[in-house]
Amino acid sequence: MSTEPTDLKKTLFTPFNVVVGAILFLGLVVTVLRFTQGLGTVTNLDDNNPWGIWISFDLLCGVALAAGGYTTSAACYVFGLKRYHSAVRPAILTAFLGYALVVFALHYDVGRPWRLPYPFFVQSGPTSVLFEVGLCVFLYLITLFIEWVPSALEWLGIRKPRDIIVKMTLALTIFGVVLSTMHQSSLGALYLIAPSKMHPLWYSSYIPLFFFISSIAAGLSMVIFEGTLSHHYMHHKMDATYLGEHDGVTYGFAKGAAMVLVAYFFLKVVGLTMDNTWEYLLTGYGTWFMIEMFGFVALPALLFAIGVRERNLPLIRWTAVLTVLGIVLNRFNVSQVAFNWHLPWAERYFPSVMEIIISVFVVTIGILVFRFIASRMPIFYEHPDFKEHEPLELHEHEPKPHPQTWGH
Amino acid sequence: MNEFYTLYDFQLFTKGAVYYLMGAVILGTLGFWLFITGRDEDKEIK
Repeated sequence: MSTEPTDLKKTLFTPFNVVVGAILFLGLVVTVLRFTQGLGTVTNLDDNNPWGIWISFDLLCGVALAAGGYTTSAACYVFGLKRYHSAVRPAILTAFLGYALVVFALHYDVGRPWRLPYPFFVQSGPTSVLFEVGLCVFLYLITLFIEWVPSALEWLGIRKPRDIIVKMTLALTIFGVVLSTMHQSSLGALYLIAPSKMHPLWYSSYIPLFFFISSIAAGLSMVIFEGTLSHHYMHHKMDATYLGEHDGVTYGFAKGAAMVLVAYFFLKVVGLTMDNTWEYLLTGYGTWFMIEMFGFVALPALLFAIGVRERNLPLIRWTAVLTVLGIVLNRFNVSQVAFNWHLPWAERYFPSVMEIIISVFVVTIGILVFRFIASRMPIFYEHPDFKEHEPLELHEHEPKPHPQTWGH
Repeated sequence: MNEFYTLYDFQLFTKGAVYYLMGAVILGTLGFWLFITGRDEDKEIK
């Protein structure tokens, strides 16, 4: 019987549950400290460094790595690549949770979080880049929510509103692509205001373009990475269509990511040439810059290309991890390493343990919510009651996952 | 080392360099595309 105390211990105290429980506990403690004692108690932020790890990781990396939503839906619905259809729902869910957690984490970082709606409803500043970023993230989060809602409605068995939203798919996709193009680039544009504070190797008038193009590579790589993890941990939730299309999605996205990374690499070289900052390459910062460019941009581009040529799935999957790490490194380099580079080390920013705990806490919440939704709602399979079309290769004898419905 | 006395001099130099660079970019991108898709036809035949 599963109600035996020893069995209960075994199922409750798994390594995953223990680690997650510890992170959630620590996160809640720091949350209480943050909202009762203020930013100064839990962070190392100061007047020189008002943007710390919560902006670098939770916001800049979070938004870039959530780009899989607009890249996948654009590939499927705008460019008509229907063979990637099964990847859309997981990508939209990842993007929705990514953006929701960006906004959630922002509540920790801004001094008076209850005033977050002020720029839109009380005192707007439409000439500010930050206003544009805020408005786009606000609208895109709503768009992603509406794009995700059909899977929740299918789970609940509610047909009419679900059908109305499904008919809006193309319009929502176009709206999402427009908003993403705007705010992905505007996140880079935020740094245009600080040319004297940023290292010349990372500062460029093209930085909005760099952020936008690298976000496409980040999105494509995240879909491959997330698909690999889901394939491993949620295989039993996937239907034959998803499993049949999975390798094609991986190869197609790897090919796209390789070309985008090459374009990004060349654009960075154009940026260096336009600003004539080659001499900085011979410094310590230059070495770090070249590690980023060759180790995390050129190398993944080459490895993706080899993986596609050789039909080597493991190589592509590891390269996706390398690319994701490269995007994280780039966002940290722009917002931390290159920012305030002229200050002495004693005045440079390094995150406190409590800041890191909150970032890990936010990621953990994302993983838990993703697991909760993906194990209940039709994310990796088409709900049998709401099938748009029966794929030709799907035969009756192939196993289908049991649909989850409300209350079961 | 080039020395620039006016913004015009600077932009003439850097933009000129970018024109040369764009030629290399076009050739490089084309070569990379051919490298990626080089075996696509073989796979279709199989």
